Amino acid sequence: MTRRLPWPLVGGVTIAFVLLHLPVLVLVAFSFNASRYSLAWSGFTLDWYRVLGERPAILQGLRASLVIGLVATLIATLLGTLLAIGLYRLGTGKLRRNLEAALYFPVVTPEIVAGISILALFALLRVPLGTTTVIIAHVTFCLPFVTIVVLARAAGMDRSLEEAAMLLGAPPAQVFWRVTVPQLLPGIVAGALLAFTLSFDDFMITFFTAGPGSTTLPLVVYGMVRKAVEPTINAISTIILIVTMVAVAGSEWVRRER
Amino acid sequence: MNSRSGWRFTLPGLAWLLLWGGVPLLIVVAYSLMERSIYGGVERGFTLDAYAQLLDPLYLGIIARTLLLSLIATLGCLLIGFPMAYVIARSGRWRRWLLLLVVLPFWTSFLVRTYAMIFLLRDTGLINSTLMSLGIIDAPLDLLYTPGAVLAGLIYGFLPFAILPIYASLEKLDPTLLEAAEMLGARPATRFWRVTLPLAMPGVVAGGLLVLIPALGSFLTPDLLGGAKTTLLGNLIQNQFTTGRDWPFGAAASVLLLVGTFIALVWHLKRSDAEGESA
Repeated sequence: MTRRLPWPLVGGVTIAFVLLHLPVLVLVAFSFNASRYSLAWSGFTLDWYRVLGERPAILQGLRASLVIGLVATLIATLLGTLLAIGLYRLGTGKLRRNLEAALYFPVVTPEIVAGISILALFALLRVPLGTTTVIIAHVTFCLPFVTIVVLARAAGMDRSLEEAAMLLGAPPAQVFWRVTVPQLLPGIVAGALLAFTLSFDDFMITFFTAGPGSTTLPLVVYGMVRKAVEPTINAISTIILIVTMVAVAGSEWVRRER
Repeated sequence: MNSRSGWRFTLPGLAWLLLWGGVPLLIVVAYSLMERSIYGGVERGFTLDAYAQLLDPLYLGIIARTLLLSLIATLGCLLIGFPMAYVIARSGRWRRWLLLLVVLPFWTSFLVRTYAMIFLLRDTGLINSTLMSLGIIDAPLDLLYTPGAVLAGLIYGFLPFAILPIYASLEKLDPTLLEAAEMLGARPATRFWRVTLPLAMPGVVAGGLLVLIPALGSFLTPDLLGGAKTTLLGNLIQNQFTTGRDWPFGAAASVLLLVGTFIALVWHLKRSDAEGESA
């Protein structure tokens, strides 16, 4: 269809695109606004970012987010990759298809239900809430995403390479480390970055599983937003956006390479 | 590689998902059938009290409001998302960039996006202060903490979910069908209603579900943008597991949400399977 689109349609859709992005752009812009109370633009400043460094709660939140994000990513990537390799080797039978379908079960479970249900299990096991419980919960919702991304990579893998290595007498461990893993690496890295983003951004599941010492950045922001709107929240939000964007852009880039 | 070696690799991941993902759902179902303990948690015993409590007019009202707001938000996302998807599918070399603009919000923390709405809608927010400085209004409009704000938040939050599947089905649409319709004398409106829309329907249904499901379970949007009068199911559940300390009731509400979600999904999968076979 090379026909020109009617201009009212193009105009309306343009407005919709602007409205979809305006709120976040405004939010970021006002993290650099010198005035604290007025919304009038009164000059560029980095003060709100400087103030962040003086607030222990925010620094601790950032630290908790990074520690939890990194550990959860590590475990989710390890287990998720193994699961993907296992599913790939199961071939294309009914079992493999059912297991793969089951992977989407946690993906579609409403977040709030995932949060309260794992809280209920922790309560039953009498596990005190804290960094460990948050990490366990994060691994659980990140793992299927890693598997899905790695599995997509595995689908494009050349199976004959593994077979050739075995025919040439390589032991299974060597085939795994020297042939399988290198081929899957872009998928594994992309999956890990995606897992980190999901963990770093998560509010709902962390909300129910956090305890002392595990107040992540989103929880800190939530607490601040409920109290008052202030430019420092704009500054933290901007930092969260940048970390997420870098991780996701990295993930996309790695996935498209090779 | 035989399939037996595949099994060993799947075990740790499957065990993890089963223990921390599957078992908790069973526990929630079990909790919903027990009696509440005054300190939070549950007492042993079997009762359907928690489900009976959901039939209380107060809670039926919350369930009805959740359904209503979610359905309106879904309709809103479809009405706004369809023309957007249509333009993207016909945008030629702009397509990649427009798609990036649709995907970008997925990469943006939902909490941050909800806060961005507060920043715009509150009394001293951008909308009110702009309108006041232009002299259009004298006093700030009550935009925040209203059902309208929740609705706007839901549509803003989930619109990209509606656009992508509709785009996918419009992109696959065979242009020769439209040419044939034109040659046979169909007007543009007829071509849209009789050819484009029916063929895009799978995408519309999928997009609708992708909005409806998270909207039904939404917590942050009503919590931050709504007032006390816009409590939704998500707020109810959160409340029972925190300050309300009625875990069986919260569990029963969760089971309701879970069952609703899966009914919608299974209906959709059955439907798209049937269509795939007839095609």
